[in-house]
Amino acid sequence: MSTFFESFSQHGESSLKWPYPIKYGEETELTTDVLVLGGGPAGCMAAISAAKRGLSVIVADKSHSKRAGGGSGVDHWVNCPNPASPVTAEEAIEWEVNSYGGYANALSRYIAARESYDTLLEIEEMGGKIRDLNDEFKGAPFRDEKTKFLYAYDYKNNITIRIWGTTFKPAMYKRCKKLGVKMLNRLLVTSLLTEDGRQGERVVGATGLNTRTGEFFIMKAKAVINCMSFAEGNWLFSSELTGLPYFHPNIICDGPAIAWNAGAEFTMMEKSSPAPAPGYQLPSYGSGNPKNTWYPATMVDAQGKIIPWVDGKGNPINDVSERTLPAEGQKYFGDRSLHPDHRYSHLVDDLETRIRNGEYMLPLYADLTDMPDHERRVIWGMMVGEEGRTKVPVYDTYTAAGFDPKKDLLQSYYMLGGEPFPGMWQHETVPYFRGRGPFASPGGLVTDWNLQTNLEGLFAAGNALYAGNYYSHAAATGRYAGRKAAEYALTSSDSVIDRDQVTAEKNRVLAPAQLKSGMDWKELRAGLCRVMQQYCGEIKNENLLNLGLIWLKDIRENILPNVYAHNPHMLGRVIESFNLLDGNELIINSCLARRASSKHLGFTRQEYQEMDPPDWHAFVTTSQKNGQITSDKLSLDYSNPISLNYERHNSDYKGYLSH
Amino acid sequence: MKYSAYAMPNLPTPGNCVTINPDICTGCCRCVEVCIMDVLIPNPEKKGPPIILYPDECYYDGCCVEECRESGAITLNHPLMQRVRWKRKDTGEHFRV
Ligand code: SF4
Ligand code: SF4
Repeated sequence: MSTFFESFSQHGESSLKWPYPIKYGEETELTTDVLVLGGGPAGCMAAISAAKRGLSVIVADKSHSKRAGGGSGVDHWVNCPNPASPVTAEEAIEWEVNSYGGYANALSRYIAARESYDTLLEIEEMGGKIRDLNDEFKGAPFRDEKTKFLYAYDYKNNITIRIWGTTFKPAMYKRCKKLGVKMLNRLLVTSLLTEDGRQGERVVGATGLNTRTGEFFIMKAKAVINCMSFAEGNWLFSSELTGLPYFHPNIICDGPAIAWNAGAEFTMMEKSSPAPAPGYQLPSYGSGNPKNTWYPATMVDAQGKIIPWVDGKGNPINDVSERTLPAEGQKYFGDRSLHPDHRYSHLVDDLETRIRNGEYMLPLYADLTDMPDHERRVIWGMMVGEEGRTKVPVYDTYTAAGFDPKKDLLQSYYMLGGEPFPGMWQHETVPYFRGRGPFASPGGLVTDWNLQTNLEGLFAAGNALYAGNYYSHAAATGRYAGRKAAEYALTSSDSVIDRDQVTAEKNRVLAPAQLKSGMDWKELRAGLCRVMQQYCGEIKNENLLNLGLIWLKDIRENILPNVYAHNPHMLGRVIESFNLLDGNELIINSCLARRASSKHLGFTRQEYQEMDPPDWHAFVTTSQKNGQITSDKLSLDYSNPISLNYERHNSDYKGYLSH
Repeated sequence: MKYSAYAMPNLPTPGNCVTINPDICTGCCRCVEVCIMDVLIPNPEKKGPPIILYPDECYYDGCCVEECRESGAITLNHPLMQRVRWKRKDTGEHFRV
């Protein structure tokens, strides 16, 4: 007895009654030193850092911070120089810069490389599990017997640590509470407040909507940290399977939209890549494959024939143990890199052709049965189990249904670049839908070495940063941003809220709740995504992009006023959709600003045939001031000399890699 | 055999992202509290099992199940089109989630 229909049959009209008190129109005003927007790993670590300095801290999240953002787990702590790894922090950022043609966030990656090990130890101290303390993997080639750390992928360089990530978010949440951080759950942040209500000025707070009660929140702060992730929902939406997008249904475009509206500077927002159709994936890591969480699983075809592996440089390898060692001359494995210096061992590159020729018969399966015991147990039981969305959805559910990795072969539904089994990652996927997905290091906010944006008082961390990505990066940059925002809050003057700005925002946010009918949020979302699919696809030109902007303006003026919400939950979804509209404009304007094509950014402008011409081999930034959009170029190596700059800004920081 | 009919709109699919066993569930609403998408709401009756109001928004992450302290009270259901199959190596038999 738990579906709505059943409830209706039993309770009749009372089941239509909203279960929470309705507080539309009411306001709560709060004042704090540091306001953290988003309660994922970046947000929680930022809050902990700032609270440890004795400051008052609020964390606002539209979901619930105990489980929001990576709350169901994480299995790898990547790019983490540590005592058992020969890779230095300087070397650890190389693979990404090389793999993405320079379009990487060397600044924030370097911060993470310097401090992600310290961050991990701090999470352990809070109660997160990071070591094989029960000696379950004693003697395994990926285990450091002294520290009991387990390493992944590359057992020579040990730059990635396996972790029991289901324990992380609950531990961070508990620590926030213990430190007296005010955790505001179900609070959708709707806008940033600026000095005198003007775009491009100092950020002095934010507004929020409680998506259970409809109450409006005004939060005044000396420093604000945007930890609200990137733009993910712009092309991808399935109105039936709303909760099953490519990456995470809570990541739509809220963080970028509020920062864009306040006047913050973005870069790489023109980048996009092919993405699978939303709503139709299989349970994450719940089907057989040899990558990521399942690395280095053996794959077989329908007749049990083993699919051969090659090393990162394409040389055939035979033994399972060779899959976890770099090829001769390779430095170390870089996450999902296709660069020959950093590519993992992988299945033969011409697998698709061999399948089409009938050499390997579909379907393929992951076969852990003959793998070394430690590999089988760590893949099925730790990696599948601790990675996000694998504990209950895959490990527990499949185990209860009888799946036994010692006896059973789990079917693979990927591996072919097309029907019926498309690719698993962007570079293997048949386009039409596009995404800015987490594995493609998408665009986002530009910051200085304090992780402060161009707007005074506004800091950013995690996936809110351009080319963010990775849990370890989110946690380490969050921790760092919390430290820097606290320093700023300790010396900055009191902020003043502009009441007119608040009133205008409150009216905007509550308007859909005053309508009883009109267009629902799903139709709006699907329509906004269609604009991007049709006018901001792989091939672009100025006229096409401008048509997209005309469509969006039309939607803003003629459709938005008719979108309704029956309750605060739906109102939250409507506001998210409004944010998507703002984010779409940010993306299209960023596409217009880059007057050149770029292979690295998945960006083809028909008018500019040359790929990556030297004078456009730079970051292009976009921002708004007084409603005017401006763009600029920023050299790809603007954060150099990297270690010197880091040292200059962190002379008093003591950590594992402090010199 | 008794038949019944209702004037109902099509319900969103999948419509049963979780199953709650009313005999085990205590109605504590821990699952409602943490659900990352706010799919569930409290039962109109005190201590009744939560109601799945927005199943179409479910992310199938299982956080609600992880939070529940009553074993077997709540289980996650993958949509039919997402049920994965496996083969027993020795016998060739096929199974599914
Ligand atoms: S947490 Fe478990 S016992 Fe509590 S309401 Fe949910 S299903 Fe029922
Ligand atoms: S699986 Fe996740 S989204 Fe679905 S009901 Fe449970 S907590 Fe909510």
